[in-house]
Amino acid sequence: MLKSLHARRGVQLGIGLLIGIAFGFLMQKGGVTRYDVILGQLLLKDFTVVKIMLSAVITSMIGVHLLTSLGLAELHPKPGSLGGTAIGGLIFGVGFALLGYCPGTLAGAVGNGFLDALVGGLAGIVIGAGLFASLYPVLQRTVLHKADFGDVTLPRLLNVNPWVLVVPIAAGLVLLLVVIERAGL
Amino acid sequence: MEWLAMKQWSPYAVGVAIGLLNCAAVLLCDRPIGCSAAYARTSGMIEKLFRGAKVALKPYYRQFTPVVDGEWMLVLGIVLGAFLSATLSGQFAAVWVPDRWAQAFGASPVPRLITALVGGVFVGLGARWAGGCTSGHGISGTMQLAVSSWIAVMCFFAGGIATAMVIFKVFGT
Repeated sequence: MLKSLHARRGVQLGIGLLIGIAFGFLMQKGGVTRYDVILGQLLLKDFTVVKIMLSAVITSMIGVHLLTSLGLAELHPKPGSLGGTAIGGLIFGVGFALLGYCPGTLAGAVGNGFLDALVGGLAGIVIGAGLFASLYPVLQRTVLHKADFGDVTLPRLLNVNPWVLVVPIAAGLVLLLVVIERAGL
Repeated sequence: MEWLAMKQWSPYAVGVAIGLLNCAAVLLCDRPIGCSAAYARTSGMIEKLFRGAKVALKPYYRQFTPVVDGEWMLVLGIVLGAFLSATLSGQFAAVWVPDRWAQAFGASPVPRLITALVGGVFVGLGARWAGGCTSGHGISGTMQLAVSSWIAVMCFFAGGIATAMVIFKVFGT
């Protein structure tokens, strides 16, 4: 692992900026910096968002597991619980449909010139994140750890080598994309 | 270099490139792409301007220190990259009300801005509540086969699809 590189703060800020520029460029070329495309997905009329996300998941799932198998990287799965992940996910979903952008695509929409993203959405997300920070002690005691399952991954849950799942899941997701394309979506 | 000025690339090409970029992030930064924590750090930085250094003692900001980090720079980079792409293809334009919204709810900016603000509050709250957003959970967590992230992304889309259907069918014209 490139541990000395990971520890250099200034270099990490620069790499972060470069990765962000490439990510924003790709999002705009893919069309997902637009409200119309994202709502098209949520209304199940335009499957661009799903096509991009699944292609990215398939590619990075294989790539990152290659890196970990070669000892060049470690996984960092996020912990979760039904009270945290599921309830938070549903709240996010409601906001996703009202706003029409997610935190990443909102930044792209700002760069694309969408003022609803800059004036309304940016302020909203910052307020919402701050609201969570203020509610955090209470939520932590009450709901966030309800039905906690930790940072488990599917291979660890089933106690198998990751590749036993990576290969069939990647193949299944490719098949799903073929079905979506064949259906003309 | 004409392809840099194209209006749209194949979603599959874009997705594969984002996947490779995510591998680069894991290799070079020891963490995959994510976006929503940067907004929490920003809210801490703004709160610090008004309430001073004690803001950093809030339990949540002890975990997510209100400072600029690599992920914060990544979100800033997204703005620049999207601006670059939109400018090269002649698509950069200041727009208050997107077309799909205007067709369903009218072209007045005020309802759109209020909805975007309210939606943004839900997005910021929900993303931190769930521990990630469409990138951190939706792409970076699912590709690690994290159980939490597969649950998160199903909830994002279940909540999103249901809400979109209701607001467009009930309130749209």
